[in-house]
Amino acid sequence: MTYVLQILPALLSGVQMTLSVFFLTLIGAIPLGMLVSVGLMHKAKTIFGTLGHALLEGYVWLFRGTPLLLQLIFVFYGLPLIGIVFPRFNAALFAFILNYAAYFAEIYRGGFGAVEEGQFEAATVLNMTRWQSLRYVVIPQVLKIVLPSMGNEVINLVKDSSLVYVIGLGDLLRAGEVATARDVTLVPLALVGVVYLVMTLVLTFLQRRVEKSFSYYK
Amino acid sequence: MLEIKNISKSFNGKKVLDNISLTIDDQKTLAIVGPSGAGKTTLLRIIAGLTEADSGEFIWNGQPTTPAQLRKDGVIGVVFQGFELFPNLTVLKNITLAPVLQGQSQAEADKAAMQLLDELALPEQANAYPFSLSGGQKQRVAIARALALNPQILLYDEPTSALDPNLRQSVANLVKSVQQNGMTQVVVTHDMDFAESVADTTFKVQQIGGDDE
Repeated sequence: MTYVLQILPALLSGVQMTLSVFFLTLIGAIPLGMLVSVGLMHKAKTIFGTLGHALLEGYVWLFRGTPLLLQLIFVFYGLPLIGIVFPRFNAALFAFILNYAAYFAEIYRGGFGAVEEGQFEAATVLNMTRWQSLRYVVIPQVLKIVLPSMGNEVINLVKDSSLVYVIGLGDLLRAGEVATARDVTLVPLALVGVVYLVMTLVLTFLQRRVEKSFSYYK
Repeated sequence: MLEIKNISKSFNGKKVLDNISLTIDDQKTLAIVGPSGAGKTTLLRIIAGLTEADSGEFIWNGQPTTPAQLRKDGVIGVVFQGFELFPNLTVLKNITLAPVLQGQSQAEADKAAMQLLDELALPEQANAYPFSLSGGQKQRVAIARALALNPQILLYDEPTSALDPNLRQSVANLVKSVQQNGMTQVVVTHDMDFAESVADTTFKVQQIGGDDE
């Protein structure tokens, strides 16, 4: 028990890093994914529209098609080769936000597909602009539809955040590993597992709460 | 008065409407009838500006216009076959959303909406969500939502088909009562009896290439 108390401060400062990556990624990726998704749905009519569409498709393909670990390494070690240098933490956020926004965009796309065309048409004949129909009619329905899948991704994100060790950031898992290597015991890693479980437990609880808050209509 | 001249429309090379002309007279109810697949709904969607005609003209009170312009001017209201209420909004919000977005104050819009709900015998449902309403109630909300924007022409797409057959008479009464308030209406239906009971004039759309009932 004294040993646990001894290593706990190190683990908790690791948790701080894990949570920072987690929350900032969500804050960036949830709206960015929505923008990408709306862009992907937009039927291109001009050459710029077609180009933009191809660009978004390419972006989603790139970020869903390669490991997040590789993306982290490229952003931190690769981009400086062409003159773009990020501090470690910003590099991590950059890669995480782009990666998660790509997944979120695809989840939202499924949600948009599940909202009937008639809803757009009803909004159109009520003389609502495209933005107004999205804002007041379609996106609220999309959010309700995508909640369960989003919950999955959010829980994945907690665990994926441990990948930041590869560019030298000290997160929870890293703190555990350091303690394990130093003290030659698995206790720190077991504790790390418990902390991850507690975090996902809280998130699962929050997910249920949010889903419930959307259950006032069907 | 809305005159529609020589409307034609094809989908993937198959002609659905061929040189259709008709006149929608003020404060009258026009029924557009014809067998399923004859293009009635396509014609309604063209008038509502949801589908573009391949050719044809629109003349509103003597002036050439387009369905898009009519929509911008708030001339046309639509009651869809499936009603298409917004499930995430209460009955009241369904009705007031568009007027408020167009600059009415919420209080003003609420008052107007409550009056419409009173007329349609739905005041108790103002704060209910659409999923809890019966089909007939949903239809009345859809009508109230369209009327809240004060259109000059109200279009109904197959108003009887999503409802219990024994509600047919009450839908007919509803359409007639809206007309009594001075509304110009167009009812698309495959139900000839219903058309006869509500319409001042009837326009028949023939299926192109025979196959008439």
